[in-house]
Amino acid sequence: MNPFTRLSRLPAAAGNLIRDNARQYGMVIALVVIVVLFEILTGGLLLTPLNITNLIMQNSYILILAIGMMLVIITGHIDLSVGSVVAFTGAVSAVMLTSWGLPTPVVVPLALLVGALIGAWQGFWVAYVRVPAFIVTLAGMLVFRGATLAVLGGESIAPLPESLRTMASGFLPGPEALGLHLPTLALGAAGAAALVWIQWRQRARSRRHGLPTTPVAAAVGVSAAHVVVIMVFAHVLAGYNGLPLVGLVLLALIVGYAFLMRSTTTGRRVYAVGGSEQAAALSGIATQRTTFWVFVNMGALSALAGLVFTARLNSATPGAGTMFELDAIAAAFIGGASAGGGVGTVVGAVIGALVMGVLNNGMSLIGLGVDWQQLIKGLVLLLAVAFDVHNKRRAHSAGATVASTKRRWGRDRSPERSRE
Amino acid sequence: MVEPHRARPGGTAPLLLMRDICKEFPGVRALDGVSLSVRAGTVHAVMGENGAGKSTLMKVLSGVHPAGSYTGEIHVGGEPAAFTGVADSERAGIAIIHQELALVPHLTVSENVFLGNERARRGVIDWYDTHARARALLERVGLDEDPTTTVSALSVGAQQLVEIAKALAKRVRVLILDEPTSALNEAESARLLGLLTELRDQGVACILISHKLGEVMQVSDEITVLRDGRTVETVPVERAPDGTPSVEEDRIIRGMVGRELDQRYPDRTGTIGEVRFEVRDWTVDHPAQAGRRMVDGAGLTVRGGEVVGLAGLMGAGRTELAMSLFGRSYGRRVSGGVYKDGREIDTSTVARAVAEGLAYVPEDRKGLGLVLDDDVRHNTSLAALGRISTRGVLDPGREAVETRETTDDMRLRSHGPTQVVRTLSGGNQQKVVLGKWMFTRPDLLILDEPTRGIDVGAKYEIYLIVRGLAEAGACVLLISSELPEVLGMSDRVYTMCEGRITGEVPGEAADQETLMRLMTGTGETA
Repeated sequence: MNPFTRLSRLPAAAGNLIRDNARQYGMVIALVVIVVLFEILTGGLLLTPLNITNLIMQNSYILILAIGMMLVIITGHIDLSVGSVVAFTGAVSAVMLTSWGLPTPVVVPLALLVGALIGAWQGFWVAYVRVPAFIVTLAGMLVFRGATLAVLGGESIAPLPESLRTMASGFLPGPEALGLHLPTLALGAAGAAALVWIQWRQRARSRRHGLPTTPVAAAVGVSAAHVVVIMVFAHVLAGYNGLPLVGLVLLALIVGYAFLMRSTTTGRRVYAVGGSEQAAALSGIATQRTTFWVFVNMGALSALAGLVFTARLNSATPGAGTMFELDAIAAAFIGGASAGGGVGTVVGAVIGALVMGVLNNGMSLIGLGVDWQQLIKGLVLLLAVAFDVHNKRRAHSAGATVASTKRRWGRDRSPERSRE
Repeated sequence: MVEPHRARPGGTAPLLLMRDICKEFPGVRALDGVSLSVRAGTVHAVMGENGAGKSTLMKVLSGVHPAGSYTGEIHVGGEPAAFTGVADSERAGIAIIHQELALVPHLTVSENVFLGNERARRGVIDWYDTHARARALLERVGLDEDPTTTVSALSVGAQQLVEIAKALAKRVRVLILDEPTSALNEAESARLLGLLTELRDQGVACILISHKLGEVMQVSDEITVLRDGRTVETVPVERAPDGTPSVEEDRIIRGMVGRELDQRYPDRTGTIGEVRFEVRDWTVDHPAQAGRRMVDGAGLTVRGGEVVGLAGLMGAGRTELAMSLFGRSYGRRVSGGVYKDGREIDTSTVARAVAEGLAYVPEDRKGLGLVLDDDVRHNTSLAALGRISTRGVLDPGREAVETRETTDDMRLRSHGPTQVVRTLSGGNQQKVVLGKWMFTRPDLLILDEPTRGIDVGAKYEIYLIVRGLAEAGACVLLISSELPEVLGMSDRVYTMCEGRITGEVPGEAADQETLMRLMTGTGETA
């Protein structure tokens, strides 16, 4: 391969990049449109520092669930029980905190363990007994709702200790200057620097391996755009109370899970199991174990969401978490998951959850009734997935005649490769 | 341009005439002035490499691409036809039987045969009439099954016959068969081809799409060769009394690939070394039916640099042997030993088998070999993620560069490493599966029907890759139903019959008759 053919592949690579990520760009654009729309409709209320802080806090538990749900859906399964698990782990934590008097630092890991055990229970049935996840988790939905009622004796437990409430309503501590929260700004700057460093290191690595890279100007533009977005966001938050603690947890989860799914062999195996379980098994991947651990993970994340939700409500109630599973599933599908499995990204799930969150928040701000809110969210879910299905079909019918896609995406290919 | 009609015994005016068909997809001309004329009572083969336009032509004919989406004329029985959809072409007596069967597995044979065409009065099905007619149709296609049998209980070959019965129920005049024998064993293939000639004698015009030159030569009356969306030629086939066709196979191959193909198999070069792998007393039971032996005390050896053929009819236990060796992916109560360089090795899970240098290219590449919605790069690295990662973290640069080397070695034709493998042709998909296993740097490569459904050009490239691997010192075990392939490629051949190894023949001493005798269990046990 000489450097010229390598060079000539550049436009194709860029084309592929855009096509491969079209769905995600589409969702980012949709998110921006929704944000702008409600910013106008609410007369500028949506993007105030206070409301953005609220947005993060209100949607934190759905975001946590959406990340776990995305993994479950990527493996080709579904989890209908997360709402009940949220309620159950919340109830158990409340009992441990109040009746047993355990301190928060002990209760949090115990609650996560309870969640993981619930996940292991469901994962066992799905992965090893091969009962469809729909059934297992439908049963789980009933079982853990019932267990919640039993634990709480049908009543709510409130109030909860201050130490737990801080989890959901606390902010990053630190000094302020000129009305801005300094640690938040510093964190924003550090995050932006880290992102730029990662982007440029990746670029340098690609170049070292002789892979096509985007032109320097474009790379600088992309990095600059990221820095601006992050700093504007940090600035807005710093203008209120700074970064909520739960926001910090979310950031860690998003970065961690995005890394897991994109850059580790574990993540690659999860995609392979969802894409074709048999092909994955014949490639030496322990498919049952993978599925099992994805459910354990979902259970632990449900427990985390349960802790955050209970802390935010300052009470554990029997009806907590109702319909959360549907919000999480909707977020995953809006964010690009495929019902067949094997497809989806963590960032997609986050964007999907944000679309739902901004819709909720914006519609509440303009005083739209719950009836309209549900109706509109339902239609958004349907249209997002319909758009996806339509796109895929177009891609496939083009693929049926490989030559036609070749013409569109690979005009520059050398002739010896363009047969068949 | 239309081939002038040749007067032949029993010949009539063409029942089906397609003239100057052009079909464009965005950016590409899939069919460029193709003409096809098929007379009633003949078998007309359509041949061409993958992507030559065969399936597009059949989709135009069967109304999948409706009138208006293509240019050119179609005449059926002298009448101009412009089909708006599949139902419309079926009314005109055109039926297509796809490679992938279109039966509802949980319904009975009768229900499937009359699906959408129920024997009913005012919406109420007359089951007596349905079963009686189904029985008659099954008799006509030579299938000895009760019409109330559930389709999923039938073999693939039998299901294909049910499909044909279904077509006959609709009074088919033009029957299109797309790769009908690709999933059938020799006996079933022979039966299907026999049925084809019977239907021809009853006046049906049969269009046969096949990659198997042998069977095309055996049954067709005319062969149309397509290449790059154009008709290359239409050749009439006469047969001498002893069945020898008047057309040379090489001429057809030349037409398909557009060049001379001097050799169908690469030369055996390189030297064969010591025994590297040995399987002793390998026994496997059926996973669901207790006590049913699928492989019974099989033993074989493979030397370094050697391609060993494993020949057998379908159901002989070849795939079962291979898959059970490869991490017990098949069967239960697997027993026996695998030895590598004289040392017994553990192949009880796929991961362990891969770690010991085993690789298995499965027969069902779409279902078992590939993650179809993932791209070329990820599929290539899937079985050797350790090679492109450090402590569980992938190195995308290393992955890109190293998988690229492999796909280049495979001479993969794609528009880049991020192309989704579903959109590749069959031959290129197979190269991705092969590449995936080459990427693990195997010591023993087991190939299960590696060239099934693949066109001639791609086949030769796959043979070259396999030969190259052997020359580099690796061991190859080649499972194939195509005897010429086994003979052309193998240094040594084992035959299997009913789960047992029935013979071992050196490559140069083997011929089709010897192998067939051993494969059917009528030969001497070696």
